[in-house]
Amino acid sequence: MGSGIEALVNREYAYGFVTDIETDTVPAGLNEGIIRLISAKKNEPEFMLEWRLKAYRRWLTMKEPHWGNVKYPAIDYNSLVYYSAPKSVKPLQSLDEVDPELLRTYEKLGISLTEQKFLAGVAVDAIFDSVSVGTTMREELGKLGIIFCSFGEAVQNHPELVEKYLGTVVPHSDNFFAALNAAVFSDGSFAYVPKGVKCPMELSTYFRINSANTGQFERTLIIADEGASVSYLEGCTAPKRDENQLHAAVVELIALDNATVKYSTVQNWYAGDAEGKGGIYNFVTKRGKCAGVNSKISWTQVETGSAITWKYPSVILQGDNSVGEFYSVAVVNKKQQADTGTKMIHIGKNTKSTIVSKGISAGEGNNSYRGLVRVLPKAEGARNYTQCDSMLIGNKCGAHTFPYIEVQNNTATLEHEASTSKIGEDQIFYCKQRGVSAEHAVSMIVSGFCREVFKELPMEFAVEAQQLLGITLEGSVG
Amino acid sequence: MGPNGSGKSTLAQVLAGNPSYQVTQGTVTYDGQNLLELDPEVRAQNGIFLAFQYPVEIPGVSNAYFLRSAYNEIRKAKGMEEVDPLEFLDLVEEKLKLVDMDESMLSRSVNQGFSGGEKKRNEIFQMAVLAPRLAILDETDSGLDIDALRIVAQGVNTLRSPENATIVVTHYQRLLNYIVPDFVHVLSNGRIVKSGGKELALELEEKGYDWLQNVDAGAGAAA
Repeated sequence: MGSGIEALVNREYAYGFVTDIETDTVPAGLNEGIIRLISAKKNEPEFMLEWRLKAYRRWLTMKEPHWGNVKYPAIDYNSLVYYSAPKSVKPLQSLDEVDPELLRTYEKLGISLTEQKFLAGVAVDAIFDSVSVGTTMREELGKLGIIFCSFGEAVQNHPELVEKYLGTVVPHSDNFFAALNAAVFSDGSFAYVPKGVKCPMELSTYFRINSANTGQFERTLIIADEGASVSYLEGCTAPKRDENQLHAAVVELIALDNATVKYSTVQNWYAGDAEGKGGIYNFVTKRGKCAGVNSKISWTQVETGSAITWKYPSVILQGDNSVGEFYSVAVVNKKQQADTGTKMIHIGKNTKSTIVSKGISAGEGNNSYRGLVRVLPKAEGARNYTQCDSMLIGNKCGAHTFPYIEVQNNTATLEHEASTSKIGEDQIFYCKQRGVSAEHAVSMIVSGFCREVFKELPMEFAVEAQQLLGITLEGSVG
Repeated sequence: MGPNGSGKSTLAQVLAGNPSYQVTQGTVTYDGQNLLELDPEVRAQNGIFLAFQYPVEIPGVSNAYFLRSAYNEIRKAKGMEEVDPLEFLDLVEEKLKLVDMDESMLSRSVNQGFSGGEKKRNEIFQMAVLAPRLAILDETDSGLDIDALRIVAQGVNTLRSPENATIVVTHYQRLLNYIVPDFVHVLSNGRIVKSGGKELALELEEKGYDWLQNVDAGAGAAA
């Protein structure tokens, strides 16, 4: 391949630095004592501890799943640290109290927790290792009755909402990693948008794993009450480390009658080095429930990092006329592996789902799309459209597609389109002959390939996503 | 001109710097520089343009974005300011008329879903916008119906000036009814076996390439 492609796909990871900060860390290993300790550190009410213990006991009976098209050495769950927090984090009154070292870390990542985001109209919750270190714009949101805070604060201040909705979309017993998360999750983000309120700004969480040997198990719960709407962004980075780090998060979205939730992710966890050493194992359970009529949940993800990505942001289409969407760009390079896709479960009448998946494989990366469209017997008039396209860069990478379709109602309409293409030297040469450098040419070609997904991202994220792929903003709008 | 396999397209690709072709001997001097030492994009920035025989498709990338990127790269190389999308639109409007294309083509993906004729017209359109000093048209006439041929030829003729040069690669005399050449060179087996004025093309049309292959065989034996 041309040197331009190689230079592009072999770029250094820019976020691989480590922040030197004192942490409050529990001993490695997992047992009921650790869970009680985490719960006590977080000053949780009884129902939370009970829920955690129930999940833990269930987890003990479960086996780590291995059906994904990914390979990795066995994880020793007893060598992991399940709670690590920057020591200076106490309940904060304002961002001025945040450890300056932490603020510097976020600034290095390009995320200012202070005014910049105010100007950009984005409210940010920053999660450092296991705990939330700061949530911005809270007052402005509070005036509208919108609750946006760390999960820990929600448990303290709004236990009734947490108790009502926690585990209603991803139960504590859902799967091995979700059960583990339920047992040990330390923090995360919480958002509640009350009836009829359209959230006027993007809500954003930024996840950062810093400590070594630490698992990150955050939990996000977003509820849009009747007629409400909210758009939520999630970004992630981690330092470069030689050992693998486990990230087993859970995200639950709930949309009641006529509500809309849009959830966008730009995932840029450390992917490991060229030999496949180090990097994040990103084993995440993300699911939304369109509980009410005419509700809509939309997932957009740009997956560029992690050694292994294993996740399926899904939608349960329970309310009549509800809509589920999944737009995904997954890029693998070096020795990265990704097995990602979605599940659309049609339960209500006239429910509609759209899946657009773009997989890009470079280096020795291995990319799999795995998707399930299930139409249950009562889902009269259900519709699904699926499109999955793969692009190969070089000749050592792989692209796989595993679509599953289960239809139990004969009024359903399903469409599936798939394509595989290879980025060609002829395309690169054509661009170069017009005066465009190889690097810009690759960006342009990849950007064109991802266009349908990028246009679904909120503006701020579209920029970040394109930069991640070495693409200028113009690429998507030109 | 020259028969199939005589090296016409190879010459075009080598001048443009296609990495699939390796130059084993000889030099190419362009504007006092050794052209073979320059990367393809630098050649393009220095005014070399190749109208491809088989224009490449780039799904999802609009013609407007593609061509504006090229235009700006060339301007940057000359130390000029880049143009924004609106200025660019003004600039290309009249060039579109030249090849009888509609503005809506600007928002379509590069060459995707274009007919053979549209692809060739798009090449000439790009050439009109980028205004090269040396344009190489690699069998731009192949696969064109007579109307498209006329449009392409008109485009080329309009752009013709004492400031630039055009190498037209073809094996039919047909195109040369519309684009009247100053010189005709005939390639055979990778060599120029005969050069002349526009009447050489007519002579070839009449006698066929066999006539020259005999000349070539003689020349080869002599060498």
